[in-house]
Amino acid sequence: MMSLQTAMLIGLLAPLVVAVLTPFLAVRHVWRDAAGPVGGVLTFIAAVQVALAVIDGETPRLFVAQIAEGLAIEFAVTPLGAIFGLVASGLWILAALYSVGYMRGNHEKHQTRFAAFYAVAVHAAMAVAWSGNLLVLFIFYEILTFSTYPLVTHKESAVARNAGRLYMSILVGTSVILLLPAVVWVWFNTGTLDFRPGGYLEGQIDPTMVPILLGLFAFGVGKAALMPIHRWLPAAMVAPTPVSALLHAVAVVKAGVFTILTVVVYVFGIDFLAKTGASQWLIWLTAFTILSSSVVAISKDDIKARLAYSTISQLSYIVLGAALASSMAVQGAAMHIVMHAAGKITLFFCAGAIYVQAHLTKVSDLDGQGREMPWVFTAFFIGALSIIGIPPLGGSWSKFMLMAGAADAGYIAILAVLGLSSLLNVFYLLEPLSRAFFREKTKLVEVKRHPLVVIPPVMTALISIALFFYNETFFDLAILASRGQ
Amino acid sequence: MGSVILTNLPALLVVVPLLLAPISALFTFASLGWAIAVVGTGASLIFALLLQSLTETGVRISYHLGNWEPPWGIEFVVDSASSLTLVVMSGLGFLATLAARQLVTNEIAEKDIGKFYAAWLLVSGGLFGLVMTADAFNLFVFLEISALASVILIGMGAGTDRRALVAGYHYLVIGAVGATFYVIGVGFIYAMTGSLNMADIASRIPDASGSAAIYVGFGFMVAGILVKAAIFPVHIWLPAAYSYAPSAVSTLLASIATKAALYVLARILFTVFSGMPDVVTIALSNVIVPLAIGGVFVGTIMAIYEADIKKLFAHSSVAQIGYIALGLGLGTPASVSAAFIHIGNHALIKGGIFMAIGGFVAALGARASLDSLIGIGRRLPLTATAFLICGLSLAGLPLTAGFISKLYLVRAILETESYVILSLVLISSALSVVYLWKIMEVMWMQPVPARSPKLVENPAIYLPIWIVALGNIWFGIDASWLVSASRMAAQMLFGVSLGGGT
Repeated sequence: MMSLQTAMLIGLLAPLVVAVLTPFLAVRHVWRDAAGPVGGVLTFIAAVQVALAVIDGETPRLFVAQIAEGLAIEFAVTPLGAIFGLVASGLWILAALYSVGYMRGNHEKHQTRFAAFYAVAVHAAMAVAWSGNLLVLFIFYEILTFSTYPLVTHKESAVARNAGRLYMSILVGTSVILLLPAVVWVWFNTGTLDFRPGGYLEGQIDPTMVPILLGLFAFGVGKAALMPIHRWLPAAMVAPTPVSALLHAVAVVKAGVFTILTVVVYVFGIDFLAKTGASQWLIWLTAFTILSSSVVAISKDDIKARLAYSTISQLSYIVLGAALASSMAVQGAAMHIVMHAAGKITLFFCAGAIYVQAHLTKVSDLDGQGREMPWVFTAFFIGALSIIGIPPLGGSWSKFMLMAGAADAGYIAILAVLGLSSLLNVFYLLEPLSRAFFREKTKLVEVKRHPLVVIPPVMTALISIALFFYNETFFDLAILASRGQ
Repeated sequence: MGSVILTNLPALLVVVPLLLAPISALFTFASLGWAIAVVGTGASLIFALLLQSLTETGVRISYHLGNWEPPWGIEFVVDSASSLTLVVMSGLGFLATLAARQLVTNEIAEKDIGKFYAAWLLVSGGLFGLVMTADAFNLFVFLEISALASVILIGMGAGTDRRALVAGYHYLVIGAVGATFYVIGVGFIYAMTGSLNMADIASRIPDASGSAAIYVGFGFMVAGILVKAAIFPVHIWLPAAYSYAPSAVSTLLASIATKAALYVLARILFTVFSGMPDVVTIALSNVIVPLAIGGVFVGTIMAIYEADIKKLFAHSSVAQIGYIALGLGLGTPASVSAAFIHIGNHALIKGGIFMAIGGFVAALGARASLDSLIGIGRRLPLTATAFLICGLSLAGLPLTAGFISKLYLVRAILETESYVILSLVLISSALSVVYLWKIMEVMWMQPVPARSPKLVENPAIYLPIWIVALGNIWFGIDASWLVSASRMAAQMLFGVSLGGGT
């Protein structure tokens, strides 16, 4: 057993070491490509250790530096952070394997740069997850944006550069114009930036200002992709699929909703928000985002664009859980971070596998391809069912808890929104499958076999199933979080 | 010996560079001139650090030149505010000198290099005097010494680009107008108070205030310094001067020249005229703050549309000076200390950026523009990476010095509850990412043009740049020294104890 400090160091540094070593390991492509999965395993072991300690009621801490009076770079793992850390590191192992298969199978250029920045992004995500105060959270939130820019613009084409500009301008713009003043506002009003059980804004801030401060956070965290600041996410789909899968379905976007959830639970305090009703507007905005992005998703023929809009919709489930500010809803939101991650990464892995093996990118081209790629489409089916929320798949738990949370908080209309959204999910996620399995083939394509892009989605699909039965660890952590601990 | 140096530190800081200047002008060997400049600026850095350590606890050193008692004789005053400014200036001046050696050889004729370093030392010595002097008229003298020497330095860019001559001439004329305004103001004040010593003036102002002549004098002095500090809209000399001057000179001017003027502005506003707070408050909120915001936006927007890299960062300097002026203009202890933090950090940022541009120019043998820098990230990786770090610091990415500036400035503005100003500052700060990213895209995200020759990186160029770049990271992670020194500086300027609140 390693000590908690060591575990935290490994969890934070292993991805960074991978990033730094990648250019040197590039002399042998096998070494370079092995670094990611090995780093992933180390990080995940550390994350498990840390999460177990959190369940035991400890708060693993790691102090790094004192920037100035009242400003410390310190890590301290909250139950929410433990959940996010487990998700990001665990899925990185599979994503790193997948990424090797994808980049090689696709003969992408600059694979070394790609692998290095990929690892930096994971490092930033781990640091966000384990951040000990708002300053550290903000610091690594920004580093996550900057480190994913070279990944989004990886193709160096005009389309990629434009997407990169949109990506940077929305994410950096919102964080500088809204999130930074929100953080400084908290600092100025309370004299601290720590995360504390139960939050600490009550009595420290004029109650009429609470909705405004919450708004600064909700829109300042562009990574949560609330409408109308969601446009960067579909644009970022120009990146190679491993980026869309791990970063734009898990690490980056989850860092966004994680930030909002953390701020609500440990800075505002659920009880304080519920009492002031400051988050009501956010409930309706998330409801709008959930429904309208599902509608947009239906209209998208490009598989990745469709998945991107589905992600926007699902992220708002999590923000909704935070906005409902009831303990059941927060549990649901925390669980949805896990469940959606497993389901959505499966779908993206499949989309990428279809592209690498058959060079198909559109839903309408999938007719009859099911038999050509049975494993991939079966994995897609399982991932889709989990996102829709059908038992026995992980996604059913979090949706159920969110619905219970909405009922708990007295928002019956939200139940209808969630139900309607599930119906829309059925429509746009199962359409590709019905085409693949029940229609005649319209396009003859040569399918090249690349096992490294097929095994990871099958694994994550299995994880989605397993999460229905074995989710105790996450459940314990979510309960701790919902109690504000 | 040791005690002689310690007791005469303020004088030495000015005299050593000024005396070394003519010696350097005598020689035509490039390396000797450079060595003399390194000795001069290195010694100033040591003197400044000693002064800082003597004053950081709040001690105020008063030095009487030639042992003439003030208010009759000329007095130098060093306190925690001026010593912080001096450390920033001499530190960056020294690094700029180190970097200058290689940058200069490509841009200036061998036989002129001795004279070049003579002017270089004159600028440094003059600016140190400007910061330390407590005599309003003596300040004018230092203003002129440094300005005339700067004109020479700017004009020396004519070897590669004739437009440097016009830029230098503009600076000469506009700078002279500024200096004249300042000295007219001093005349009025002298007529009304009968003194030239700043502390003495400050103590006599309450008796004389109410008379229009004092207000006129105040207005002229402030207006003159605004020109020197390149505050919008009297910044018009700056973009051309910075961009056509030799690269080494841009580095020196960007990191130390306007900083000295900004410090003088703070001293005039908060110390010399502390006896008429109402008028100063009006000037701050109705003149300085609007002009500062104007400068921030004009500088940022001009930078976004500029394709010449040196000019682009010169415009960006106008914007950054605007942030510093805003901190001064808000006039609270927290905002003034935020201004001091940014004086230090901006010197570090722009020093590094202009050094790196000099490195590109030296390697390419052509002006740095968006076209000539295509793919430079892969051709000159070391220089370009250091440039990237300084650029990210300019944009205020966390863990860099620029972020600390932004954090404290935002907090200071929040404290004054000026939400309009806050939103303008935040929007401009987001816009600054636009021009920066325009360059980064060109440098890193575009393939190297076919048939471009292989470039070699010279350690004499990239090592100083890397020192500055690492400084940007260091002061982004450990900002305690700068933050507490800046708080002390603001406290000194206001002459009150602020407690631990900010």
